[in-house]
Amino acid sequence: MASPRVRQILLEVLTDPPGHTSTAEQVLDRLCAALIGAIPIDGAGVALMTSAGHAGLLVASDAPAAALENLQQTLGEGPCLDASREGRPVLLPDLARTGSTWSPGFAASAADAGVAAIFAFPLQVGAIRLGVLDLYRRTTGALDSLELAEALDFASAATTILLDLQHGAPPGELHPLLAEVADGHREIHQATGMVSVQAAVGLTEALLLIRAHAYATERSLFDIAKDVVHRRLNFSSDGA
Amino acid sequence: MTREQRLGRVFVELADTLVDDFDVIDLLHLLCERSVELLDADAAGLILADQRGRLQVMASTTEEARLLELFVLQNDEGPCLDCYTTGQQVANVNLDEFSHRWPRFQAAATAAGYASTHALPLRLRGQVIGTLGLFCSQRSTLSEDDLDLGQALCDIATVALLHERAIRSSELLAEQLQSALNSRIVIEQAKGVLAASADIALSAAFTLMRDHARRNHLRLSTIATDITNGTLTAADLE
Repeated sequence: MASPRVRQILLEVLTDPPGHTSTAEQVLDRLCAALIGAIPIDGAGVALMTSAGHAGLLVASDAPAAALENLQQTLGEGPCLDASREGRPVLLPDLARTGSTWSPGFAASAADAGVAAIFAFPLQVGAIRLGVLDLYRRTTGALDSLELAEALDFASAATTILLDLQHGAPPGELHPLLAEVADGHREIHQATGMVSVQAAVGLTEALLLIRAHAYATERSLFDIAKDVVHRRLNFSSDGA
Repeated sequence: MTREQRLGRVFVELADTLVDDFDVIDLLHLLCERSVELLDADAAGLILADQRGRLQVMASTTEEARLLELFVLQNDEGPCLDCYTTGQQVANVNLDEFSHRWPRFQAAATAAGYASTHALPLRLRGQVIGTLGLFCSQRSTLSEDDLDLGQALCDIATVALLHERAIRSSELLAEQLQSALNSRIVIEQAKGVLAASADIALSAAFTLMRDHARRNHLRLSTIATDITNGTLTAADLE
């Protein structure tokens, strides 16, 4: 874990430009930019994860990287969720060929966003999952062993940055950036609670219902959740 | 050897130190020694703030009591303390001009045979974790380039320390992060459950939970979990 390269990456992304104090966002932006410069990929993103799934996007280098995260959050499945759940990198050098592991919409929507290959690396400490580093490429092709090693070192550096952020937070609380990201998704959790009452099902099933609705109506999970929270959409069996 | 060549060697040497099981103290000692050589100082020490905010000497070029005492003294006054407090470099301090600002420090440093001193911060994203203090027996004026170089050495030390700390307490921090994330999620879900079952606004649902938590000296996340698994209902909260 503690390779000299990880420290080199940290030095590069954590060191403030002269006369300037970087925010946590800027540090994560620099991490993505440095990784894109280091290995042949087109974009990168870092998302928070819990055992329950996606907990919010921390940073995305461009629109396709953000779209990839939103897609996986809406579907509740995809390579970054697998990487986090299974605690191992998930490498998809040719998404069109291997993307069918997930629901049919996944590979097609990713292709629409211009993504041809995905490489997802878990950010974890032992068995504790914190997040995932997702890389994508517009063209197909695998990472070679050196590029893979480089990506793993960047994942390790990203884990250190998350831990360092949390180090500065009071016990029991989240660092403001992490809290902001987590709060950006609060409607999804609120809607889950509401739907579980409306449809008289457990929380897991309630989230599945919201997801299915999002998928069927081709809208994002977040949009459906907002409709539920603002009582424009109700999942009661009488449809009230 | 030119200065650039010496500098290149120092960075290679530092990179060699950063092996898997590197010793932080070794690294800090090396930084002190090399900063003295590169910045034409006679002695250096690296001080870090401990958990109670006391500045502790972690490494120095000599174990000479007179030098160590200069750092201990700076818990009360001195350029290192100012540097630590402000996060700014305090460089090119000619001691004979500073008897007014730091009388005890100035007297002790002069008695130890020093004419000039510099203090550079170990800082990261606005947080200062310590300072590198340099002492010179002759009057010394560092150029902008010298200061940039000294600061680069300090930045290397800072990142090494940060990484060490993250590894040492990684399990604890990761658990805290994960549990804080999870409890936020459960609290939002419980708000949803209450809002739908009692037909109230989400904000009113939160107030109900918070008031119940305060009355019964319970944690909000405990109550939220009970609401989501059905052991606690809206009626119980009112």
